[in-house]
Amino acid sequence: MAKKNYAFYPGCSSQKGASASNFVPSIEVMCDKLDIQLNEIPDWNCCSASIGYGEGSQLSRLVLNARNLALVEQNMPGQDLVSGCPACWLATRETAEKLHEVESLMADTNEALKEAGLSFKGTVKARHLVEVLIEDVGFEAMKEPVVKPLEGLKIAGYVGCQTNRPFGIAGESFENPQYLDKMVETVGAEPATGYEQKVTCCGGALAFSEPEKSQKQIKDIVESAYDHGADMIVTPCQLCQANVEIYQSEINKKKGTKLSMPVVYYSQLMTVAYGGTAKQAGLDGNVLRPQKLLDIASK
Amino acid sequence: MAEMKTAAYICSGCGLGDKLDVSQLAKIAQREGKMALVREHAFLCNSEGVQMIRDDIEKEEVTHVCIAACSRRAKTEAFNFPDIAMTRANLREGVIWVVSEGAEHDEVRQEMADDYVRMACAELKKAKVPAGNPNHTHLKNILVVGGGMSGMTAALEAAEAGYEVILVEKQGSLGGWAGKLYKRVPFKAPYAEPQETGVAELAARVSAHPLIAVHLNTTVAETSGAPGRYAIKLAQESGAVTEIAAGSIVQATGFTTYDIKKLPELGGGLDHVVDHAGLESLAKASNGGPIRRADGKEVKSVVFLQCAGQRDEAHLPYCSGHCCATSIKQAMYFKDANPEVSTIVVYDDLRVPGMGEDFYRSAQHKDVIFSKGKASKVESSGSGCKVTYRDLILDTDLVLDADLVVLATGQVPSSGVNVADWDRLTKEAEGGSEEARQQRNDLKRISILNLTYRQGPDLPKLKYGFADSHFICFPYETQRTGIYTAGPVRRPMDIYQATEDATGAALKAIQAAENASLGRAAHPRAGDLSYPMVRLEGCTQCKRCTVECPFGAIDEDEKRFPVFNEQRCRRCGTCMGACPVRVISFENYSVDTVGSQIKAVEIPDEFSEKPRILVLACENDAYPALDMAGLSRIVYSAFVRVIPVRCLGSVNTIWITDALNSGYDGVMMMGCRKGDEYQCHFVKGSELAGYRMSKIGDTLTQMGLEPQRVSTYEIAITDNARIAGLINDYVAELVELGPSPMKGFG
Amino acid sequence: MSDLNQKAVALYGGNFLKEVEERVEDGEWVSMCMQCGVCAGSCPLGPHWEHSPQKIFRMIMAGKREEVLTSDSVWMCTSCYTCIVRCPRKLPITHIMHGLAHYAHRLDVAPKGQPTRELAKIFWNSLIRTGRVNELKFSLGVYFKDGFSQGIKNLLGMQGVALGLMKAKRLNPMEILGGHKCKDIGGIQKMLAKAQEIEARRQI
Repeated sequence: MAKKNYAFYPGCSSQKGASASNFVPSIEVMCDKLDIQLNEIPDWNCCSASIGYGEGSQLSRLVLNARNLALVEQNMPGQDLVSGCPACWLATRETAEKLHEVESLMADTNEALKEAGLSFKGTVKARHLVEVLIEDVGFEAMKEPVVKPLEGLKIAGYVGCQTNRPFGIAGESFENPQYLDKMVETVGAEPATGYEQKVTCCGGALAFSEPEKSQKQIKDIVESAYDHGADMIVTPCQLCQANVEIYQSEINKKKGTKLSMPVVYYSQLMTVAYGGTAKQAGLDGNVLRPQKLLDIASK
Repeated sequence: MAEMKTAAYICSGCGLGDKLDVSQLAKIAQREGKMALVREHAFLCNSEGVQMIRDDIEKEEVTHVCIAACSRRAKTEAFNFPDIAMTRANLREGVIWVVSEGAEHDEVRQEMADDYVRMACAELKKAKVPAGNPNHTHLKNILVVGGGMSGMTAALEAAEAGYEVILVEKQGSLGGWAGKLYKRVPFKAPYAEPQETGVAELAARVSAHPLIAVHLNTTVAETSGAPGRYAIKLAQESGAVTEIAAGSIVQATGFTTYDIKKLPELGGGLDHVVDHAGLESLAKASNGGPIRRADGKEVKSVVFLQCAGQRDEAHLPYCSGHCCATSIKQAMYFKDANPEVSTIVVYDDLRVPGMGEDFYRSAQHKDVIFSKGKASKVESSGSGCKVTYRDLILDTDLVLDADLVVLATGQVPSSGVNVADWDRLTKEAEGGSEEARQQRNDLKRISILNLTYRQGPDLPKLKYGFADSHFICFPYETQRTGIYTAGPVRRPMDIYQATEDATGAALKAIQAAENASLGRAAHPRAGDLSYPMVRLEGCTQCKRCTVECPFGAIDEDEKRFPVFNEQRCRRCGTCMGACPVRVISFENYSVDTVGSQIKAVEIPDEFSEKPRILVLACENDAYPALDMAGLSRIVYSAFVRVIPVRCLGSVNTIWITDALNSGYDGVMMMGCRKGDEYQCHFVKGSELAGYRMSKIGDTLTQMGLEPQRVSTYEIAITDNARIAGLINDYVAELVELGPSPMKGFG
Repeated sequence: MSDLNQKAVALYGGNFLKEVEERVEDGEWVSMCMQCGVCAGSCPLGPHWEHSPQKIFRMIMAGKREEVLTSDSVWMCTSCYTCIVRCPRKLPITHIMHGLAHYAHRLDVAPKGQPTRELAKIFWNSLIRTGRVNELKFSLGVYFKDGFSQGIKNLLGMQGVALGLMKAKRLNPMEILGGHKCKDIGGIQKMLAKAQEIEARRQI
């Protein structure tokens, strides 16, 4: 089968040496097995994330995202812009929709883009990598490459916020989306059904500025996974992964808890299930070792 | 008429044959029931079974048929023999579906079925095919009282259906309140802008319609008669009286606004405080230009206070339903003339039924500000008003300055005399009070219909002065047969609802006139040909029937004998239940048809440990609930014997004493909910039954019986599970109490 | 009072709703709030702020300009978008909160030293310097925002976290020397300058 081509927008956190750098290798294995060809957008820039609004004006943020869309439109015609990062996807898709809706903003944006030698007509669609998996690949096809079903693993599917809201995956509910649990089942593991923190906010960027408030959120998210007997948490979101994983030690320090719940990406589960090594799955990049997953990978 | 020939048909389908000894049932029908002809059939409701019955009617000249199969509410299309008398023994829903499974229950199950066959045979011999009321009427035209939006719509709808209409309006022109509006709340997509009222066009259509005769400046001076034969006196402003006749009546007399002077704390009476009606006249005067106050000043800021004197026990306790949308509309008058006008709507709950939510959004788009809060004070201040209110979102007191304040006051129904007052004054006047007589005459002046009925000159009120019978279950029905209400006289409503309402009421009025002309009952026993028959020679002129009839159907003649107006009657049998000398009956429902069933039941002796409980169940709610219990296979005691009654109001106490005398251990009376939130299809029936049974204690004491032996229940049609529980609890209570000491004397 | 703020007050007088409708991103939606309070009950930071979105909207309608613009609450948004998906009136509440925070920041009436306000500034500066966010510089910026000695304290406090990430190769100390950046940073900066110019042209 011919590979499907997509314009890939990795985002700042997925760069080498950044907080989600271990996400990238697992994406590569997963996409290879599923005949997905990700082509990195040349010279992409930051989306301004969810915290850019304080200093950055509306138009500034729109043109930043429009630049990436324009780069795709110009250099990679016919390809959807795909990001693995919910914040990147959300900012880009919001921009694409806003420019489509408000003519004057489209004009202003193009006036600014011209300064960087670009223009944007509005033909590019911004998608999340999970959308590609579900809509273009499908659960059946995702199951095919499985050679090491993740039997005996119970996993809490933590969808978080921005993969789920405001756009979410088509056909899913905002309050209780099912796709992540289905993906867990697809790779042969058991989803922790009834996990009530599935779509709770981890605090996002406020993990930096309001650490107490965010860590309270994170504590709930992790403790509920324990309550449901989960071996680990899986998430599609870089910021969720980082916040929920790395602050557990802080919470333990402050609250005297003994939290040590591994937090992995869905692509890491798939890579292992597809026969990839721990290194290919980027498991060496996890601060809290997902031991049971490592055991399966090394079998 | 041919001689009575009875036949019983025992069905063994639907599992009846497996659970019951059908040949024993046939034997009982023959030997005890004395049926001339008894047949068994494996599938009685199929075409072959039905044909068998038809053949017997034709060839064997059978005139009375007892069907022992399923509930009388099932298979009514198959078992439809309009020319013969029929009774049904309910063996399916009433026996095999509700008695516990298993051989250990075979005996009680069979006994229950045996009794139902005995009862149906006994009833059959007392039943007659109703011949119908020989006093047919012929009038089918409709009197519409009130020429506002509701009245005009009702008139036009009836006329378009081909019925002549007489439309009476006390004002000099058609239109009512709607005619005084600048615009109306939108009733067509996109529900975003106020729309033209359309009153002038509607009035023109009404005036020009060949089947509608309009009487302006006219009121109703007297209404007598009954559906199909109303005689009405119309009084013109000049004093002239015209006599007309009509088949039925639609009362669409609308509402008046609550007097804002009763709301001084909200500025009622101040110069720059108006109600909705007041604002409409200002808007009409400005005709799309900037709205000016009475003193000519252009209004730059306006505050609307919702629920002014509404949902307030000290004023109107209810919500008038239209006021939120009306204030939205009026706020738009200001915004549309000048978007810079500050328009603030202070509300407690914003209620915009129907498509009003779109209209509300449209106002928000126009920057009409909506603030959840409660106003405490409106005062004069400078050239305008100062409004003090509690902002319930910010939880602080705020003060607003406004050029104009609009109070959203409620609708007060124009429903005439309060019949309860009338009743009281009548009693006092009859007792000789001159003052009461005078007050009664004063009261008569505000009457709308001036009915000559024994029970008062206007329609009884349901709640808060609105003339209705039941807002939800029986819309447009009033407590006077043949007279239907439409629009805000019935319940608070807006123009759109009123026009829908008027259409419904017009159709009801047509049905009433048509049914009366055929001698048939109206809702809820529509089509029933039986009617109350009275043996006047036995009457003691006690007046219970005339007082208790929920529909005012019975007048009194000079000698205080009851005069039955059959066309006004709903066939509930409340008069039959009331009559102490039992001279009132229906051809197919009488003291005898029920009494004979009660007596037909075989009462086991006191040592058998098999109590017998009589259940008198209202056919509208309780009996269907029992059937539903069967349908859901909810088990209840096999010791009960159920008899459906038209209404608990029709239960004559003789049935109770007869039952207890013949050794029943207890009686359960199952009727509809009574009181203010009643669900009785005949308004007062279950209430009257409750009242009568509260007096039965003395009788029980005389008989040496415990008061628990008679109990009354309120049952809704949805109570299928509850009803089984009530039966089982009651049976347990009676078992505890021990067998009735009357056993063996009956 | 900042110059911009004075100008805004002068221009709109007491009509703060109109000011928000015209000056704040998605501000034209504010009047569509029906005050149901679903947003207030949905916000993960609900226990921590003084003014729920519902209250903020009502305050705007009631003309409480200063209270809104100086409110800490508009800076409490985690961008979880729960309010947006639950709002029965489909108000873009998240965006309005961002818009209000941005507007208050631009007029320089937002609370001084508000941690998220400071974080946002550092983030944006990191972003426009290279076109991409340098997480290390960004984090250091956040820890050192209150001065050098507080920064060292903050750093020591977060040592465990940082070491863990470093061990996992997810925090690169060499980034301090340069790190990732866009090739056409010149074009990006010109583009952003233009955007600012356009907005200045359209606004006060």
